[in-house]
Amino acid sequence: MSNHLQSHAAESGAPLVSDIRPVSHVSRFVNSVVRHGFPDTTRNRSLAVFTNFFLHIHPVKVRVEAMKFTRTFYLGGLTAVMFGILTATGVLLMFYYHPSVPRAYEDMKDLEFVVSAGVFLRNLHRWGAHAMVTLAFLHMVRVFFAGAYRPPREFNWVIGVGLFLVTILLSYTGYLLPWDQLAYWAVTVGTNMARALPVGGDELSFVLLGGNQIDENTLVRFYVLHCVVLPIALAGGVAVHIWRVRKDGGLYIPPAERAQVVRAAPAQTGAHVTSETEVSA
Amino acid sequence: MTTAEFEIAVSDDARKTPVRVALVQEDARPSVQLYEDECVMTFPHLVVRELIALIAASFALVLLALAFDAPLEQVADPLRTPNPAKAPWYFLGLQELLHYYPPLVSGVIMPALVVVALVVVPYFEVNLRREPFWERDREHKLIWVGAVTVVLCGIFLFTGAHPVWPVIVPTLVLASLMVLPAIQGAEAPWLHWLGIRSLAFWGFTWFLASVCTLTLVGVFFRGPGWAFTLPWIDGVY
Repeated sequence: MSNHLQSHAAESGAPLVSDIRPVSHVSRFVNSVVRHGFPDTTRNRSLAVFTNFFLHIHPVKVRVEAMKFTRTFYLGGLTAVMFGILTATGVLLMFYYHPSVPRAYEDMKDLEFVVSAGVFLRNLHRWGAHAMVTLAFLHMVRVFFAGAYRPPREFNWVIGVGLFLVTILLSYTGYLLPWDQLAYWAVTVGTNMARALPVGGDELSFVLLGGNQIDENTLVRFYVLHCVVLPIALAGGVAVHIWRVRKDGGLYIPPAERAQVVRAAPAQTGAHVTSETEVSA
Repeated sequence: MTTAEFEIAVSDDARKTPVRVALVQEDARPSVQLYEDECVMTFPHLVVRELIALIAASFALVLLALAFDAPLEQVADPLRTPNPAKAPWYFLGLQELLHYYPPLVSGVIMPALVVVALVVVPYFEVNLRREPFWERDREHKLIWVGAVTVVLCGIFLFTGAHPVWPVIVPTLVLASLMVLPAIQGAEAPWLHWLGIRSLAFWGFTWFLASVCTLTLVGVFFRGPGWAFTLPWIDGVY
């Protein structure tokens, strides 16, 4: 409450009693974490967004058009949600998993019969992974049909294609880790395709597998790729992807669907300066 | 507000309304347009929606995880090859292509072409102008569409080890849908909608339909020895 009053005091400039009275250590602590008043004024709602690390991917104001569910179906955001869920469940799974033969498979059996809610944990991770691949693909399809890679957004589309490929690789490397027949042979089919590369196919396959066929070395390599290399690559790529969306003016809306109110002035005078509220930058 | 040379609109309170000033050179001026978009505060309007989306997605995933168990087969055995050995579902389109073309074509060249095609999409301004395909030159375009359809079907009929039906069928279906408004007239709303689609729309839809058909056939209609099976009779392999 004192927080709330203080912010009003700051706005009006007049000191309030709550400014003078010593505040409790608890509210001092809370004020040091959330450095704005209760978000029931426009000013505090602005502060709630641009003083927050996680919300600063958004501008303070958003277009109503951009927020409509049927425009994007929130596909990009939901892909990111899946990535978050997969990271959380993945870390928990790592607590129970050894990337070695045959321990990897025995750990799957432990998840099934020994670990509390182990099956549920594995289910979440597995279906979440399928959902992420699907959502990322649908996101790409949606962006194509919207033409949302219009300049200056061309390169962000390229980043998106890269992120989709990393997502596929993440799912593919994870596929091997249970070390059952399904995992082993599905990955065999894929790595046989790498061998078909006319130049360096065998070498690429050797590097990926850590040998000439899928064995314990492959398991370790896929494990490291799956748990360290690819997630870091994806997280970094997603950060750049979202940052560029923000810098390019937020969610793309076709000009035809935007209310156009002002045409720039006619040609009599020299240069012409206009202003635009910073909803899009 | 106004001088002889400039017109500057400035908000009263810069703290509440940050402004961005755009200086427009004379030669670029006529194309400048300003939009008055209806805006709301991100907090709470967008933040609440995002929260709802997050909770809904998590809830759906939890239900899925409670209802269906992740598969787990016997321990991996390099000496016992299952028949069929299937890749993860998102690669089954490629594996289906492997049935028709050598690995170099289906496993390297075709996926590489797809990735290159996707990357160059924005640099050729694909699907940006969206001129309705049938707007001008209808007769010429009918001939072109017919020719391209015949060539595509020819390629996929004769270049593979077997006719690539999962590509030929969507090609024929989409070509029919494409020309229907041009020869039929576009009275019905859905025909009108098809009639004003752009060339890029048809190209990407063709790619999508082929990828999805190949994947669905690979997932549901392929059994031992990659023979065609019916999932409602033989089950899904």
